[in-house]
Amino acid sequence: MTTEILTATALKKYFVVGRTGWRDRQAVTVKAVDGISFTMYEGETLGLVGESGSGKSTVAYTTIGMYRPTSGSLKFRGQELFQNGGQRPMSLRKAIQIVFQDPGSSLNPRRNIKQILELPLQIHQPGKNRLEQIVHLLEVVDLPPEYMYKYPHMLSGGEKQIVAIARALATNPSLIILDEPTSALDVSVQAKTINLLLRLQKEFNLSYLFITHDLSLMRNVASRVAIMYLGKICEVAETAGFFQNPLHPYTQMLLSSIPVVSVEEEALKPKKVLSTGEIPSPVNIPSGCSFRTRCPFAMDLCSKIDPVMVDTGKGHSVRCHLVSQPAAA
Amino acid sequence: MAGSPVTGFSPAAPLLDVKNLQVHFAVYGGRLRVLDGVNFSMRSGERVGLVGETGCGKTTMMKAILRVLPTPPAKIPAGEILFKGRDILKMRDHELRAVRGRGISMIFQDPTAALNPVFSIGEQVEAVIRYSTSPGKASSREETHQRAITALQEVALADPERLLRSYPIQLSGGMRQRVCIGMALSTRPEILIADEPGTSLDVTIQDQVLRLLRKLVEEKDTSVILITHTLGIVRETTDRVYVMYAGNIVESAPTARLFSQPLHPYTQGLISTVPRLTGGGIVSGIPGRIPDYLNPPSGCRFHPRCSQMMEICRTTKPPAFKMGDGHEVACFLYKDEAK
Ligand SMILES: Nc1ncnc2c1ncn2[C@@H]1O[C@H](COP(=O)(O)OP(=O)(O)OP(=O)(O)O)[C@@H](O)[C@H]1O
Ligand SMILES: Nc1ncnc2c1ncn2[C@@H]1O[C@H](COP(=O)(O)OP(=O)(O)OP(=O)(O)O)[C@@H](O)[C@H]1O
Ligand code: SF4
Ligand SMILES: [Mg+2]
Ligand SMILES: [Mg+2]
Repeated sequence: MTTEILTATALKKYFVVGRTGWRDRQAVTVKAVDGISFTMYEGETLGLVGESGSGKSTVAYTTIGMYRPTSGSLKFRGQELFQNGGQRPMSLRKAIQIVFQDPGSSLNPRRNIKQILELPLQIHQPGKNRLEQIVHLLEVVDLPPEYMYKYPHMLSGGEKQIVAIARALATNPSLIILDEPTSALDVSVQAKTINLLLRLQKEFNLSYLFITHDLSLMRNVASRVAIMYLGKICEVAETAGFFQNPLHPYTQMLLSSIPVVSVEEEALKPKKVLSTGEIPSPVNIPSGCSFRTRCPFAMDLCSKIDPVMVDTGKGHSVRCHLVSQPAAA
Repeated sequence: MAGSPVTGFSPAAPLLDVKNLQVHFAVYGGRLRVLDGVNFSMRSGERVGLVGETGCGKTTMMKAILRVLPTPPAKIPAGEILFKGRDILKMRDHELRAVRGRGISMIFQDPTAALNPVFSIGEQVEAVIRYSTSPGKASSREETHQRAITALQEVALADPERLLRSYPIQLSGGMRQRVCIGMALSTRPEILIADEPGTSLDVTIQDQVLRLLRKLVEEKDTSVILITHTLGIVRETTDRVYVMYAGNIVESAPTARLFSQPLHPYTQGLISTVPRLTGGGIVSGIPGRIPDYLNPPSGCRFHPRCSQMMEICRTTKPPAFKMGDGHEVACFLYKDEAK
């Protein structure tokens, strides 16, 4: 039951975004993903949380093959996804699908829904009765069949996102990357979309890599959570344990900053670790632990040495000197 | 009365009193009847939240208050917007200028769009300050510059001299949002309208921005209208909440009361769909979607989506029933309990 579906080991993706000065011409590099390791299991939802620019989408785009990693390994069911230069085999491209954040721009405005869904069906399941398949896909996501003839601009934001989900399902994938699938939607439309995703997951035994910056949403959909800060994962844990006992100072700051709607939730927030400071520029990441410039507990050691990930048991890992070098504190 | 601030205005009266406001938009094929007789009022020093789903008319109402709706296509067939007892809809240009400058100030939904990329931060902040200074009392360049520096210092931005010379793209999202707040407060407005402030930011930075906003409005006793989709922010920042559905105010109550005892079926649905930090899954939400404004539903505009709909809801528009303790709800379920 705990078969690995996606395994990242020391995965890095750097972007060269410019050059310094006129003389020295040093490359300016954004370390968008800077050596992350994680494992996803069949049928689970792994939540990937982090502030804007922390590298979540870069992880997503690398997984679907839009970017080649700078170094490190990424395996799908034990098979390396980036074998020396070659194109990814069709079977792998079918198996891993993505739903993007912005439902508007990911659908071609000049094609109707039928044409949008036909394309992946043609590539991945040639030969069968196309119309029947499209009607079936729409049924699976609870859209009436007459939606086939609508164009994206005639749909609401939520409906567009549901079409994007249907398009991802067309190839019969086993892993779907959901890159902030509901952050552009209203809470009530979000609720409908999330419930659809959860039903589909059960029905087709899908694994989800669920990217969001909404921890309250994460609490309700993910089995495990990984927190990213400036290109690195700083904490991974099972969802329940994570919310009960957040260990990394950044995670505590995140949790204490969430606005909530009830007194019960208020009680669950860690005692105020007040958020201070600006998020550093990704081209100029602080030495040692990259969180130290905002961390209320930073010690001497933190500016010198980047902490390593330590397992604290029960699948709860954290990257912080307070945990790995408590004596220094 | 040469446009002087209103004399004889009683502090007990509402600072802003919107009465039966209707806003329509002329479009191809007819008229979008968006705001359908909105009533909204706030006292001096109050922090009021306005919530409701996308397209319900929140921004339209604020634009009507500031009188910045484009006419045409917008049309205001009925209603009054009383600011300190005077109807903004009937004001002449110089009075309007005073209201926009020192009366009511707005932080717009998207800080990137609110700041013009081709002008320096300094040029933009100083322009706002100059615009708000009453004609005749024109301040010197030096004075304007000093006030701009103060404005940035107040929002905890370090090195304001350098920032004033920078351009918007050189600032982070959190810094840009703070510049917008500083700019809006630099005119010392009596009412600050904040449309989704900071919600495009990381929660930790958003929390910083909101804490700052709360501190500043408290210090200056500014009245605030806060618009956001994040109900948690409303709960933590406001004294009273208005809930809008399809161009109508359907409920209003003191904030704590609205979250603990929501009465309108729409409000109940809205609050129940918010994902909870305590877990428990996601409630399926309100079925259907906001109606078409070309042909809005008769009676209660919410009736096609309401699980407790009765016959009368189809035919008659519910008035706001007073439920005591400042709680009002426009729903026939409460017709007999109303005080
Ligand atoms: N193609 C690219 N070229 C150069 N820099 C890039 C590119 N893609 C991403 N980056 C940079 O890498 C960093 C990580 O970006 P990424 O989009 O992965 O963040 P994210 O966590 O998805 O943020 P958000 O929550 O805003 O979507 C950012 O600093 C971004 O500017
Ligand atoms: N200039 C316009 N012409 C035509 N229709 C308009 C115009 N401005 C607004 N509307 C319509 O009025 C309705 C209310 O829009 P408004 O922007 O006030 O909603 P909102 O509550 O602020 O939504 P959001 O939460 O998405 O910001 C929408 O249906 C919108 O399409
Ligand atoms: S390693 Fe140090 S700076 Fe980093 S989070 Fe832990 S205590 Fe803070
Ligand atoms: Mg992203
Ligand atoms: Mg709006």
